[in-house]
Amino acid sequence: MTTSLLIVQILNGLQFGILLFLVAAGLTLVFGVMDFINLAHGVQYMLGAYLAVTFVGLTGSFVLGLALALAAALLIGLALEFLVFRHLYERDHLDQVLATFGLILLLNQGVKMVWGAAPLSVPVPAFLSGSVPLMDGILYPTYRFALIGAGLAVGALLWFIVEKTRTGMLLRAGASNPSMVSALGVDIRKLFMIVFAFGTMLAGFAGAMAAPILSVEPGMGDTVLILAFVVIVVGGIGSIRGAFVGALIVGLVDTLGRSFMNDLLRLFMSAPSARATGAALSSMLIYLVMAMVLFVRPEGLLPAKGRS
Amino acid sequence: MTLKFTLSLSAGLLALGVAGAQAQEPMKIGVVSVLTGPGAALGQQVRDGFQLAVDKNGGKLGGLAVQITVIDDELKPDVAVGKVRSFVEGGKVDFVVGPVFSNILGAIAKPVLDSGAFLISPNAGPSTMAGKACNQNFFVTSYQNDQVHEVLGKYAQDQGYKRAYIIAPNYQAGKDSLAGFKNYFKGEIVDEVYAPLTSMDFASDIAKIASTKPDVVFAFLPGGLGVNFVKQWSQAGLQGKIPFLSAFTVDESTLPAQQDAAVGLFGGMTWAPNMDNPQTKKFVADYEAAYKIVPGSYAQQAYDAAMLIDSAVKAAGGTGDKDKLRAALKKADFTSLRGKFKFNTNGYPIQDFYLVKVAKRADGKFQTEIAQKVFTDYADPHAKDCALK
Repeated sequence: MTTSLLIVQILNGLQFGILLFLVAAGLTLVFGVMDFINLAHGVQYMLGAYLAVTFVGLTGSFVLGLALALAAALLIGLALEFLVFRHLYERDHLDQVLATFGLILLLNQGVKMVWGAAPLSVPVPAFLSGSVPLMDGILYPTYRFALIGAGLAVGALLWFIVEKTRTGMLLRAGASNPSMVSALGVDIRKLFMIVFAFGTMLAGFAGAMAAPILSVEPGMGDTVLILAFVVIVVGGIGSIRGAFVGALIVGLVDTLGRSFMNDLLRLFMSAPSARATGAALSSMLIYLVMAMVLFVRPEGLLPAKGRS
Repeated sequence: MTLKFTLSLSAGLLALGVAGAQAQEPMKIGVVSVLTGPGAALGQQVRDGFQLAVDKNGGKLGGLAVQITVIDDELKPDVAVGKVRSFVEGGKVDFVVGPVFSNILGAIAKPVLDSGAFLISPNAGPSTMAGKACNQNFFVTSYQNDQVHEVLGKYAQDQGYKRAYIIAPNYQAGKDSLAGFKNYFKGEIVDEVYAPLTSMDFASDIAKIASTKPDVVFAFLPGGLGVNFVKQWSQAGLQGKIPFLSAFTVDESTLPAQQDAAVGLFGGMTWAPNMDNPQTKKFVADYEAAYKIVPGSYAQQAYDAAMLIDSAVKAAGGTGDKDKLRAALKKADFTSLRGKFKFNTNGYPIQDFYLVKVAKRADGKFQTEIAQKVFTDYADPHAKDCALK
């Protein structure tokens, strides 16, 4: 194991964590503020990627395509809110899980009817293609640096909105005690819609940004959704800071575990058994972390204030 | 969801009108394929390849009108068994063609074969049914699964590569794949990686490959896994630097997404769309005209399955005499898109295997092209465990 490999793997872990943060931030907002379990968040990530495929293809420009994809993702999100989610806010969690799980099936199948079942892709934009040389000839793709940068920028923007603006204050209040916020005369429905629209945009943005490095295919959101839930459980429900920290932990643990677990185990067992144990252990590592967090701090590492 | 379309309708009506004679029962064929979920791109090729052969034959196979029932196995063995059982029990079925994935084949083989129908697999070729569990009414028009991985192992060995990095998903087929590669490759294995089946980002594996600098990489990463890996491989600047051998990782079902990132990468197969024979030229042109995509081995093998049925039913003079029909199937007296094709005693083919290389065509589409022959008349080793003669 060399230092440069370690650095590359830490970058990979960061970049994976940032991607998870973008998805988890929306999920945790919607869950935290609205107490609404939105399993369809993963398919909104998928829709973002598919819309990016279409609009980047149509316009020939990544930036323009991204902007249009975000707008379209927002529109679809609002339509879903109006048609489906709005009627579920008052219902219990089981109803929400069932209805949004139905949406997963519907949208996965719908995507297949519109775009076909075969995986699609978005080319890396020309100005971000190529790679940056790190030390001793190890290259790191420029696009992944851009992804890390974009994620950090979105994180900073979110922090600013949540901590420094009036809407953010209402959000934090809503996450702590929604009925009190409503009693104080805040239009909670409008607040919910803003939160939801924002969450959808974030998921769509994550999907569109992931499209150039990942295969765009039906069901691509399902694995991300599971990881995003791990992130918000680790970080603390309803907390943007928690989502950020949780996402980085999950990203780094998963990536570093996958790359160094075998070498680590080989120090004290034979190569074939290290391989078998390493593969099994590294794929469950993040769930072990989640179990540990739940055991030590059941409310997550950085929970939203006032939430029990 | 069971789609039914009676192709024979127009042909049948015409025959009735003209001859006024007794209408012959159409031959009943079930096509079992995966049409939902991540495997659907492969399943559609199987369905469409078979359909194309029937269409080009005027809606008939072996002179008989055919009634095709398409069954979506959803890549779920329990679902597949339920649908297939009710289909074969619902009336006399002559042939079941399918499925794509071996785990589905394991589930549907018994109900189909118990019903007396012939089962023709256009893709799945598990070792179990090639050996002890072989059946006289079971035929495979693809290959035995291990063989495709062995092609790459043999090629890597022949090239004199010393150090290989090999990677596959962490499930049974992944383990079989790497074992198949190692059957023929005798050099050092730098690392043997089993990635989770849900992997999206291979950046950490690719960084490891870049730092260990193996002579060759072998990957079995089907479907979306392969799309992710190949794109990230190219983005890391490794395309063309380290030889990349693969099985089911770069093929016509994934190339539309991988595009330029896959050009120059190698796979193993029994056929490629540029195979130099007139039947392949016609098939590829017809398929592209009908379905707007370049056909891969899945479509080709399903097409061959239809041509096999066509030849056997013709030779046996119908489907009435099962023994005659079986003997005719075993002869494999049809013009395969692969050119050479014959059956071993276990109902699996004995055929040539090639190293194929991804290329960009003049029209901008991508396809695999034959690079060199690796095995000649290669029979799978499991046939010796099969009691059939």
